[in-house]
Parts: sequence; C-alpha cells; structure tokens
Amino acid sequence: MTAVDTPAPRTDPVAPHAAVAHEEPPPRRRPGSRLQRALVTAALVLLTVVFVYPFVWLVSASFKPRGEVFDNRLIPRTFTLDNYVEVWNEPIGQWLVNTALVTVLATVTVTLSSALVAWGFSYFRFRGRGVLFGVVLATMMLPGAVTMIPTYLIWDALGQVGTLTPLWAGNLFGSAFYIFLLRQFFLGLPRDVFEAATLDGANNWQVFWHIGLPLTKPALVVVALFEFQAAWTDLMRPLIYLRDTADFTVPRGLKSMLDQFGFGGEWHWEIVITASVIATVPMIVLFFLGQRHFVRGIATTGNKG
Amino acid sequence: MSTAALTPFRRTPSSRGGAERRDRRAALLFISPWIVGFLLFTAYPVLYTGYLSLTDYDVINDPSFVGTANFEELLQDPKVSLALRNTFVFVLFSVPAQAVVSLGLALLLNAAGRASGFFRTAFFLPKMTPPVAIGILLLLLFNGQSGLINEALGLVGIDGPSWTTDPTWVKPGLAMMSLWTVGGSVIILLAALRNVPEELYDAARCDGAGWWRRTWHVTLPMISGALFFVVIVDTIAGFQSFTEAYTAFFGSGNTTYGNDAALFYSIYLFQQAFEFLHMGYAAALAWVLFLIIMVVTFVQVRVSKRLVYLEGEQR
Repeated sequence: MTAVDTPAPRTDPVAPHAAVAHEEPPPRRRPGSRLQRALVTAALVLLTVVFVYPFVWLVSASFKPRGEVFDNRLIPRTFTLDNYVEVWNEPIGQWLVNTALVTVLATVTVTLSSALVAWGFSYFRFRGRGVLFGVVLATMMLPGAVTMIPTYLIWDALGQVGTLTPLWAGNLFGSAFYIFLLRQFFLGLPRDVFEAATLDGANNWQVFWHIGLPLTKPALVVVALFEFQAAWTDLMRPLIYLRDTADFTVPRGLKSMLDQFGFGGEWHWEIVITASVIATVPMIVLFFLGQRHFVRGIATTGNKG
Repeated sequence: MSTAALTPFRRTPSSRGGAERRDRRAALLFISPWIVGFLLFTAYPVLYTGYLSLTDYDVINDPSFVGTANFEELLQDPKVSLALRNTFVFVLFSVPAQAVVSLGLALLLNAAGRASGFFRTAFFLPKMTPPVAIGILLLLLFNGQSGLINEALGLVGIDGPSWTTDPTWVKPGLAMMSLWTVGGSVIILLAALRNVPEELYDAARCDGAGWWRRTWHVTLPMISGALFFVVIVDTIAGFQSFTEAYTAFFGSGNTTYGNDAALFYSIYLFQQAFEFLHMGYAAALAWVLFLIIMVVTFVQVRVSKRLVYLEGEQR
C-alpha cells in the first residue's frame, strides 16, 4: 500500500480528461511467426469455448422441457417456452422489483457518499488527514464476519430486520474501497481548474458538485458498476435480513427455489435453471453496456495494488 | 491547460495557516458521512464483537458473561477443526490454481494482439454471474451421472467421480468451479503485462533468450507486484468463501449432500450466528477468522518482500 499517496498516473499531460481516462497502451504487435500466432489464437478460441459454454448450456437448458434438461445437447431437441411461463408461479416479479430497488438505492447512495468523502480526503489539506485515511484503508482489510453480528443487532434495534433497508442504507456512509478508488482519481485531476473556480466565487460545495464530480465521471461509472454487481448478486445479507418470501431479492429467491425444487423432493430443475438465467441476464446486459469503463477500471485498481 | 496542473496540492506558504484551518472545517464536513459510518458500523461493531465473544447470547435474552469459555469450546469443537481444515485445503488448492490459470490466460491475451479485446470479454463474463447461480451451475455441471464435466471426461475415456456427493471430490469441484471466475485477475495481470517496457524484451532477445527465458527472467519479475496483489486478494476472499458452497451444499431441504466436505469456516460461522443463534460463540469464531487472515496475509507480505520486484531496485 505504498502507492496510496501518489497521484494517479497521467498518460497525456495536455488533455485534462486523460487524467481520469487511464487509457491502456495499445496492444503491441510482437514479431512472432505465423505458426506461433495461429497457435495462440487457437488456444484462445478453445479457452473461450470453455469459459462461455456453461452459460450457453444454462440458457439452452432453460428452453428444454423437463425431461430433457440434462441431455447436454446444445440445441434443444424440443424447444419450449413453458419454463419461462411457469417460473412466474413464483413471486419472481416481486423479487426482481425488490432487487432493482435495493440495487439502485445501494448504487446511488454509495457512489455519491464515497465521492463526497474521497473529495474531502483529496481536495483539502489538514492535520490528521494521513492518519484518518490510514483508518479508511485499514477497514478495507477487516473481514465482514467481525462486524456482521453487531450490525445485525443495530438493524434489529431499529426495527429494520425483515425490510430491505439493511441491504442498502449502510451505503449512505460510503465504502472504504470506493473512497480509496475515487480519491486516486481526484488526485489526478488538474487543480488549477478548481482554483480558477474559487477565484470566480464558487464555494467548496459548488467546486465539488459542478466541476470535480463531472470530471470524475469515468471513475464514478466504475464505482457504480462495481456496486451494482455487488448489490445485485449478494446472498448473505438477504439470508440474514429477509424473512418473508415476498421481500426476497433475486439471489435469495433463487436459493429458496433451489431448496424447494432442487433438494426439496419436487425435482423441477428446469425451473431453477430458468430462474438462474433470469438472475444472470441483467448483469450480463449491464456488463455489455458499461464494459469499456468496467474493464478499464478494474485494470486501474489492479495497478494501484 | 498549463503544466502547473500536474502538481496538485501546492499552496503558497504565506496563506497556509488560515487556509488550513478553513480547509479542516470544510474537509470534515465532506468526510462526515464516513466518520459517522465508521463509528456506527465499524468501530462499535468491532468492539461489540469483542465483548460478545466473551458472552453467551441468543438475541432473546441479554448476553451473559462467560469469560473465555467460547474460545475454549471452539478449540475442542470438531466442527471448527473440520471447517478450518476444509477452508485451508480449499485455499491451498484454489488460490495457486487461480494464479496459474489467470497468469496463463493473461500471457495468451498479451500475445494475441488486436483480437485480445474479444477474448478478454469472454474470460470476464463469468465474473458477472451471481455466485448463487454459480453454486447451482456447480451442481449441474459436476453432477455425477449426467453432468457436462463427466461427459467431457468420458470422451477421453475417464470415468468421472461423483463430484457433488463424494466427500473426496467436493472440494476439488469447488476449486475447479472457482477457476471459472478468474476474469478479474486476468484483467489486472494483463494490464501489468502491457506495462512491461518493450526494451527489456529487446535486450533479452539480443542476449539470445527464447520465449521461456524471457518470460521467466523478464516478464514474471516485472509483473510480480500485480501477481502478488492477485494472490493476496484471492487468499483473503478464499478464507471467506461462502455463497457458492452454501448454495450448493447447505440450506433447508438439503441434508443428503456431502455437507461436511463443503463446510467452510464462514458457513459454520453463519450457521452458529443466524441459524443456531449462538451469537457469542459466532463472535469468537469471527475473531479467530480475523486472526487467521491477518497472520496469513502478514506471512505472504513477508515472503513477497523477497520475491516481488520493486521499481528502482536493481534487478
């Protein structure tokens, strides 16, 4: 964690936006024989099949009638939409609404609060800044299990167990990892823009809201996508906090469907499979929409390690 | 835009004192959400977990102080030693496997040139699958009778085991499934590979080094920092593995499966806290987990000091 205080690397000192864009260097074309390149491509194609096949299998199985789910054919012998009709016998629509609500609230609150805190740590100089930020970093390394039980008791005392609130409201206070990430981006921003705005009479809040935040859009997208994925796929907190089937999120509902239709003696795996597809597709769609930012952002955080 | 933009945080010395006082107030205002959250959801819970670990607490009745009884019980609990063993075995197999596979994929992507974007997306896609769905996929793909994995093994004449029911094969199955989500590490390592200066390879080529020697003597030392980061993160996550194994082998209605072979430490902790309501005991388990993660991370950091190349040092 020695890189903490160095500003984010800048690739192009002229264009201010490059400070936050973190373009990857273009792939190099190394001299290599045609045979070598062919071998590399062949290996990559083969591995792509291995990585993508489970998806294709899952989607394909969701269109198969009950008896044929496990025949491992890529193209269903009998194509049916029955599973997609039957899956609605479960409150999956309600689960999707709940998950969407939690995910949107979690994403919006954590992005804004983390940006606010990151700005406080990067724009201003004050005594104790280093120590306080060290505490932020230290909390990143604390396993969730250590705070899990008291956090549950807090939400219980507030009467929020059994509601969706505990799944997102903690995000109002920012998240250490995102604060760290955004601070790195803020440190790479050109400071004289802010100073010019201050001279023009803008106050601290205006500088943050009208100038700092818009310049940080690429980083905000990364944080939002990370949190969207985390909130959409979380199982443990819904297991702890949700009681009624109607309040479930999609992962929690999917688990209960597995317990009922997979293990519970009813053996309707086609329903479990179809629900798995429904749980996964929104994430995949989101990934394709934001993948450039997402991949770049992950690469950037990796460099910071 | 002037080049002065490159030096943030430089202030004129004369205005420093007053500016710092004003800055402090404004900064604390901006930071206040985190301070409130830290006190309420980190500092207080950490202390309270410490207190709870010394009590018997079932949520309904008030905690009653029992001293170190929870820790003594924990040392003798056969389920704890089983869960610890399972977790260590899983980490020991899955973390190196993930490192090797993600490194291999990153090296291939780096050699692929222009098409690497497409393949990179393909490798990253599984990372978008909810862990619950991955747990379900595990049950289906590694199914002993009709699973895809055994069918593929059958093609090369191998009679695959009952991955999901045979206690010997449950953890290898989980470890193999974890390889499906190495996409994040691949992207981190790929970014590191792209940052290795081309001159180093040219110099190595001049010295007559082949691909293997270049990789071993140039590439690996140059990306050792990123590789170390990936290993540490995977290890910490490995010790906290929960969702995939819990989905596939625990929960209501599922008692016929090889539960014990998949009983990870986090799962046992979760059961104690929220299924059996042994909150005091679970708090003690949480402290032990924290201790283990700290010790293992510390050892990894110490070992890495010898292995990780740092910029500025002589190779």
